[in-house]
Amino acid sequence: MENIQTSRRDFLKTTGLTSFGLALGISAFSKDAVVKKINPAILKLEINPFIIIDTAGNITIVNPRPDMGQGSTQAVPSLLAEELEVRLDQVKIIQSDGKDKYGSQTSGGSSSVRSLWEPIRKAGAAARDMLTETAAKRWNVPVAECIAKDGTIIHKPTGKSLAYGELADDASKLEIPKNPKLKDPKDFTILGKYNKRLDVPERVTGKAIYGIDIDIPGMVYASILHSPMLHGKVIAVDDTETKKVKGVIKVIKTERTMPHRTSEAVAVIGTNYWAALKGRKALAVKWDNADYEKTLSTEKYFTDTYEAAKKEGINFEEKGDFDAKYSSAAKKLESNYETPFLAHAPIEPENAVVHVKDDGSIEIWAPVQGPDWALRDVCAYMKVAPEKVKINVTLLGGAFGRKAYHDFLLEACHLSKELKKPVKVVWTREDDISQGPYRPGMLSHMQGFIQDGKIVGYHHHAIGESILGQVYKGLKPDEADPWLSEEISTNNNKYSFDVASKVSWTHVKTDIPVVWWRSVYASNFGWGQECFIDELAHLAGKDPLKARLEIIKDERFRKVLETLAEKSAWGEKLAEGQGKGIAVFKSFDSISATCITVTKKDSGVKIDKVVSIIDCGYYVNPDNVKAQTEGNIVMGITAATKDGITFTNGVCDQSNFHQYNIMRLNEMPEIEIHIVDSGSSPGGVGEPGLPPIAPALGNAIFAATGKRMRKLPFDITNLKV
Amino acid sequence: MAIYNLTVNSKKVKVDVEDDMPLLWVVRDIVGLKGTKFGCGMALCGACTVHLDGQPARSCQTPVSSIGKITKITTIEGIGDVKLHAIQQAWIEEQVPQCGYCQSGQIMSAVALLKTNANPNDQDIDAAMSGNLCRCGTYDRIRKAIHRAAETIKVEEKGIGKR
Ligand code: FES
Ligand code: FES
Repeated sequence: MENIQTSRRDFLKTTGLTSFGLALGISAFSKDAVVKKINPAILKLEINPFIIIDTAGNITIVNPRPDMGQGSTQAVPSLLAEELEVRLDQVKIIQSDGKDKYGSQTSGGSSSVRSLWEPIRKAGAAARDMLTETAAKRWNVPVAECIAKDGTIIHKPTGKSLAYGELADDASKLEIPKNPKLKDPKDFTILGKYNKRLDVPERVTGKAIYGIDIDIPGMVYASILHSPMLHGKVIAVDDTETKKVKGVIKVIKTERTMPHRTSEAVAVIGTNYWAALKGRKALAVKWDNADYEKTLSTEKYFTDTYEAAKKEGINFEEKGDFDAKYSSAAKKLESNYETPFLAHAPIEPENAVVHVKDDGSIEIWAPVQGPDWALRDVCAYMKVAPEKVKINVTLLGGAFGRKAYHDFLLEACHLSKELKKPVKVVWTREDDISQGPYRPGMLSHMQGFIQDGKIVGYHHHAIGESILGQVYKGLKPDEADPWLSEEISTNNNKYSFDVASKVSWTHVKTDIPVVWWRSVYASNFGWGQECFIDELAHLAGKDPLKARLEIIKDERFRKVLETLAEKSAWGEKLAEGQGKGIAVFKSFDSISATCITVTKKDSGVKIDKVVSIIDCGYYVNPDNVKAQTEGNIVMGITAATKDGITFTNGVCDQSNFHQYNIMRLNEMPEIEIHIVDSGSSPGGVGEPGLPPIAPALGNAIFAATGKRMRKLPFDITNLKV
Repeated sequence: MAIYNLTVNSKKVKVDVEDDMPLLWVVRDIVGLKGTKFGCGMALCGACTVHLDGQPARSCQTPVSSIGKITKITTIEGIGDVKLHAIQQAWIEEQVPQCGYCQSGQIMSAVALLKTNANPNDQDIDAAMSGNLCRCGTYDRIRKAIHRAAETIKVEEKGIGKR
């Protein structure tokens, strides 16, 4: 994910509710905290941007990371609550609105817990210390005699207590402690413990409010016909039939703005969504598609990548002189591994409600992964100041990277401005699948060699479109995509090769819009890396687990692999036709390894069992770590064995779930997940379980059938084995 | 446009809509019950599942005009509105939902399954639940939760029997 530099100013800003405040931004601990006091006529008190305590004792925690199913509504407030000494069922949790004072607010890059682990806990600890000090002063007793528990300060010797609400006013007048003491992990009562997510009940009763559920007075609905070739221009619109649809208010030419380009589109506005959709389907639009018929082609794109594989790329890193050593090596191997373009396909399609008001202010209700990024994009697009924009982040019905790309939100902004009304834009599934943006399809060109039965030479040549290049800043011709460092640099994925190793890059461009998808390039390159290591192991005549352990010194990696071997009964006798495959991959600071068992069946295989191990360092809730890993298994198997996105003659070949299939319940294998408690600093949880899935499957298929899979996706029921 | 008199979650509602408007949009945008979700509009994902006289149906492919003699429409809001249904309780116990968006539909399918089959085995669950997609991948927990709910119902019924 993009690592955006948000300006994290520490400053005081009273919220609408707060008449007195004291701000303690999350970066207050790296700089001098700015403490400022205003009118002490207290109604509600903002101890810092994340904690609001009112005099009635109600405590509100602001969650700066939107919840798309990954559990941030529990995870981030838990960090705060642990140190503040409140129970999660005592507090109200609200979502941050994108404003600077909350710092970075984008759910992405599996970053919520790993980046907020310390700062948010410090914010909680600082507030706790201020409340404790206030109580001690009031009682005139030493601070050491006071403890904080469940939202009250207790004087231990006497047992008297004061609720936070009674202390907050005075507490806010204190200096913010610069280095509040954080709890010893062994004293944690919330972090690392199984706790039910408190937002589950609303998700089983239909009460949870997603973006698509927002209704506001005076709102109209829009369904937008996008260019079938994505970037075409509107030549003529015939809306005769559309106008006959009851409930259609208007047909209006509009635009879809992506980070790197704007396309033309036609919106049908209705009094209800069905009318707008029906009207849209009745439109006859003539498009000028320029030459997109030729350029929007996945076949052409992959042909280009295979061509590039024959040539040298740009070095990202190199140890030893790989090319020379490779050409003189006696036992060597070379393979290409391909991964397709993929749609995110969250079950809640893209949608947004926007009201551009008469005074130029803008209010937004939308399922966005990052209100801070959304605010930035809306301000730039609408040319307004951040103070003019209010973002209400709703729940997200899945996102996987898609809802940090704001084309759908800017569409609603544009239409609301034109119509001078609140507008709700809802994409259809067809829009979602056939318009992109997508995970880019990539090619891994792999080379390697062995000596004395050991893998000692390795080259991963990553080829394809650059997300950074297309979406953001472009990529210089001589620049290797810096995002490779998170994915396949040997520094990150800890194999060490005695003789020579190299990671290189070739940029192959496409007009197909791309963006991050769950685990970003790790989801592409894990396939090449881990299948190829398996190939080299077999070339060396070694067991794939042993061959890996020989070239990994890192203790955490070894522990993960050893745990996997134990839990998956690696090396034990297999039934007739069975095969097991393993893979390990580090991404977003967590290490995940998977063993998949398959059985040969007819001309394909059946997946019997998946065992995944994850070492994500410290975590908030073990059950959520497991849930996310389960999700990664399902999404990983889907990505490997269902449909990719293809473009032929300028048009996406897939439109809905009949052509872009997703694994179903009846296809679910037995699964088992184990967490390795390394006590390391927190890593990601939402994504790292995905990259090892496809290669573990490919390696299992090889073990069971002798057939080496190199191109994703494949139909496991028909592998022609 | 025509007037339709519907019974949604035991409440009578009168709607004035186009004949071909799918029940999904009638329920969501006209009646205002947002728990039933839109996922595909083609009967492929199950997010829009409701009960028509107790039978699970994809409301995105059910034009309001086809409702005809159906007397009872039940949506997620009508399941366990007084006390949580055993399925909903089991969903909480197993912590099934991730984003939760597909879960209204999952629960409607599961409730319908238990109504006709109090003790489903894995194959029965496969057959009843494979029309409901979950992109977050909660299938393993869905299966466990259905078994758990079936157990709870059995125990509750036994308890009643004893009394
Ligand atoms: S929305 Fe009806 S089945 Fe998908
Ligand atoms: S819980 Fe997110 S789609 Fe099922």
